Amino acid sequence: MTDAYIYDAVRTPRGKGKAETGGLHSVSPVELAAGQLRALKERNDFGERKVDDVILGCVDPVMDQAGDIARSAALLADYGDEVPGVQINRFCASGLEAVSLAASRVKADDAQLIAAGGVEMMSRVGMGGSGAPQVTDPGIAAPHFLIPQGVSADLIATRNGYTRDEVDAYAVDSQKRAAKAWKEGRFSRSVTPVIDENGIIILDTDETVRPDADLQSLGGLNPSFQGMAMMAGFDAVAIQKYPEIETLTYVHHAGNSSQIVDGASAVLVGSRAAGADSGLKPRARILSMASIGSEPTIMLTGPAEACRRALTRVGMTFSDIDLWELNEAFAAVVLNFMDETGVRHEVMNVNGGAIAMGHPLGATGAMILGTLVDELERADKQTGVATLCAASGQAIAMVVERA
Amino acid sequence: MNLENDFFRIDTDSDGVALLTIDVKDNAVNVFTEDFLRVFEETLPKLIDDEAVNGVVIASAKPVFHVGADLDMAQNMASRPAQELYDDIMRINAMFRLMETGGKPFAAAVNGHALGGGFELALACHARVVADDSKLQLGLPEVKVGLMPGFGGTQRLARMVPLMEALPVMAQGVSLKPQKAKALGVVTDMVPAGSVVAAARKWILDNPKAAQPWDVKGFKAPAGKVHSPANVQLFAGAIGQGRKATYGNYPSPAAILEAVYHGLQMPIDQGLKVEARKFVSIAHSQVARSMIKTLFFGMNDANALKRRPAGPAKCDFKKIGLVGAGLMGAGIAYQAARAGIDVVLLDRDEQAAAKGKAYSERLLDKAFKRGKITEEKKAAHLGHIETTTDYDDLAGCEIVVEAVFESKEIKEKVLSAVEAAVAPDAIIASNTSTIPITELSAFLKDPSRFIGLHFFSPVEKMPLLEIISGEATSEATLAHAFDFCGAIKKTPIDVNDGRAFYTTRVISSYMAEGMALVRDGVSPALIENAGKTMGMPMGPLRLADMVNLDLAVKIADQARADLGDAFNEPLGIAAARRMVALERVGEKARAGFYDYGGPQPILWRGLNEEFPLADEQPGLGAIQKRLMTIQVVETMRCFEDGVLKTPEDADLGSILGWGFPPFTGGIASYVDQTGAAALLSDARSLAEAHGARFEPPANLIALADANGLLHAA
Repeated sequence: MTDAYIYDAVRTPRGKGKAETGGLHSVSPVELAAGQLRALKERNDFGERKVDDVILGCVDPVMDQAGDIARSAALLADYGDEVPGVQINRFCASGLEAVSLAASRVKADDAQLIAAGGVEMMSRVGMGGSGAPQVTDPGIAAPHFLIPQGVSADLIATRNGYTRDEVDAYAVDSQKRAAKAWKEGRFSRSVTPVIDENGIIILDTDETVRPDADLQSLGGLNPSFQGMAMMAGFDAVAIQKYPEIETLTYVHHAGNSSQIVDGASAVLVGSRAAGADSGLKPRARILSMASIGSEPTIMLTGPAEACRRALTRVGMTFSDIDLWELNEAFAAVVLNFMDETGVRHEVMNVNGGAIAMGHPLGATGAMILGTLVDELERADKQTGVATLCAASGQAIAMVVERA
Repeated sequence: MNLENDFFRIDTDSDGVALLTIDVKDNAVNVFTEDFLRVFEETLPKLIDDEAVNGVVIASAKPVFHVGADLDMAQNMASRPAQELYDDIMRINAMFRLMETGGKPFAAAVNGHALGGGFELALACHARVVADDSKLQLGLPEVKVGLMPGFGGTQRLARMVPLMEALPVMAQGVSLKPQKAKALGVVTDMVPAGSVVAAARKWILDNPKAAQPWDVKGFKAPAGKVHSPANVQLFAGAIGQGRKATYGNYPSPAAILEAVYHGLQMPIDQGLKVEARKFVSIAHSQVARSMIKTLFFGMNDANALKRRPAGPAKCDFKKIGLVGAGLMGAGIAYQAARAGIDVVLLDRDEQAAAKGKAYSERLLDKAFKRGKITEEKKAAHLGHIETTTDYDDLAGCEIVVEAVFESKEIKEKVLSAVEAAVAPDAIIASNTSTIPITELSAFLKDPSRFIGLHFFSPVEKMPLLEIISGEATSEATLAHAFDFCGAIKKTPIDVNDGRAFYTTRVISSYMAEGMALVRDGVSPALIENAGKTMGMPMGPLRLADMVNLDLAVKIADQARADLGDAFNEPLGIAAARRMVALERVGEKARAGFYDYGGPQPILWRGLNEEFPLADEQPGLGAIQKRLMTIQVVETMRCFEDGVLKTPEDADLGSILGWGFPPFTGGIASYVDQTGAAALLSDARSLAEAHGARFEPPANLIALADANGLLHAA
């Protein structure tokens, strides 16, 4: 079987996901994605070789994210008429799923070089903007105890007994780590500024990092999901699925959950031969990957099993991994993963995560993969895992090592 | 067209308005039967094709407009093949669609209740002219017996009014009053009761080219788009709330919601198919069959006093006596006076008696303030209650019920005094819930006139009356107790004497088993959720707190004193004793298994110290098996001991008496559905694991061996 390599990874800075103040809101989603595809091409001279496909994750592909945004972005980025594009959706796992699909095709010799990543402008299409029958269609939601994610996160915290201070402390760390990483330029290899048609910079830094966040400032925030859970009966649904619980504790809020942002990402994946043809040097080898389904009510606890499966496939264990990137969907998701696997906080999300920098749903998976590869190089480490939980009880993991 | 048959008549006037008057023969109300629908289906195309007919008014010759499908028909549906039933439902839909699209206006002249299929018939008319009568109900109550609307109700109502208004009508069975329905646009016109037909006729003449809104191009439902942000929240919330309320035990509310959710996204003819598919699956469900059997047929039979002994002549109650004006006595007084019966309310002093009457006054004031009754009605009601301290005032009462403190000494004095005061043929009854009737009857010279009448609190709200015959109770006394029950509009069950009778005995086993689980180190939250998710109204610990733990201990002590070594104290009582020793006696002390200090009762955090959690916790199913099997075993013992006489009473008593899950159709139906063999095997393995309280009685073994049913098949 052919090995699949990561040649490069780029991402936009993440803009606030608000129409009024979001730094990227005035850019179109297709242009945002195309900008990253252009960056990949500019930074890596493919020569005459075209990429075989463009695979982009996008969770709410409606309105300006609709119509197969991957093909539109490929056209807009001048990849050539012959380069197709496909938009995929595995909720929050989509960006990494795109890379995973690219790697699978390279491994199977069905393709040599693929641009994969994702895009989501949450300021343009709100969360659930393409419809969410998994929570609105009684035929699906009622028999399967499906509840909104935030309530699932609070359910994890309740089951594990995480206090408000514990989840807030994790969030403060994420902010501090992200701020430090920015200050030390640790993201400079990946972040490509978003520019307009005149070359003027629209945004060149993540907008949501709060270096001064502390326990006191987070402590003042109200729980985000309590009112909704109690009014709509989601608390009862959660308890009926987990009947050892008497009442839910509500610890998640805007400050310890992933932030709503706009962003796009792209990763160049290919075989060693394809890179050699164009004189490209691989940065990392993709060892294995796994996508799994898990219990959908608690929804967000799948990453441990996804990692276990991906690691087992290549004869590795959790302790063989030098660095971890687990998407910070909610603080409790990461705390639960560390409790379950024994992975230490010192090697987990060392440069912060979505709690500080935001989670542009379809793009995040490829973003954290890029962050991981950057950090492996910077810290001179060898092995890493990127993993994300996803809606309806799913997760993805990818194991890489430096090439 | 002019015609007459067993279901309706048609008279066409000179303006070409055909008046179709529904008057189902030999029935007090108008209902759909298979024959009615067949005749209606044959007639309708001819009526529409008749050139002499310009429009149709559908009216009723009875006080109700139409109350929908006959439940015999609904019950038959359960056993019909799915395709056949679906085809029949779609034929009814086609018939209603023909009314809507046949080119002639239809107006319903709604003079009285329009419910279920009757309301659906009205919804399929182009206009609904309704009598201005605040008692008149428009609604879709199918969900209350586990069914759902099947003649287009979910599709039409959801296309007429906003979902916030439509969903409670369909998914909870909340009926609409004409005023409200008019404001929502469901009712076209509201007119005085006598002129609905005339007004409907006028509407036909004014609207010769009527069409339903959903058949007009560009129709937009007032609900808006299903996938609008507001509706996304509404549906997600409705699903959550639905599960919160039903624990997923009742399939029909979710099916109704699903029919609306998908139906609203498509043309009505497609939406009707979605509704019909759901309807077929619901009609076939065990839940609907069980609920119809017990909550409709069983309830009707009981309320019609079907199990009253036929021999003795009927007794009319004009004057009754109540001794003891506490909560129960006052409640019974209220209930009897409401039925227009004179009540003598007797207590030790005038103040206590007056306090009992004040209870009625309070209830009536509340009803008056809500506009439910008039000042005159309130005065008349109160006028029926006379307070006294003198037993001689009981003279002339047809029945006297004692509801004094639960002490044999006190009851002995009261009963002797009552017997001395009343006529020899008057019935004397006790509202005791703990003392055997046969023991109390010994205090009377004539024990054959004595009977137990176990009311439930609050009397005015709880429909059940458990009638308990002692060893000496005569057939006439029992028959007249039934008559009394009918007179005060309660639902009777007829049982024999025995410690704690039937309902209290079985519910006590549920509470005791919950407490035994606590003693076994099972997580209290898990125990409570196990009880609630299996459909009990409360977890066993919360219920025990409500009953109060010192009472449970006291009853156990009394039983031990009465029975000596023969008494097998339920294991859970030890937990109750420990709680009482900790001065946590239950809700009245604001401290029991729960703490009652906050906005919601929460399980006492100290429980885990008192009853350390076992390292390994059982699954929910294992706990439910214990909580359910103990009730089944105790119920079977009630049959074995002769306390219970019929499975029908076992069913009704379980649902109305202690809130046994209604979706099962009651505990005897539950036995039949689950199968005696499976229950026997559960009981045996639980007896082995947890003790003799689960030991199956001989009748359960025999039933399992015979592969038999409690209800006749």
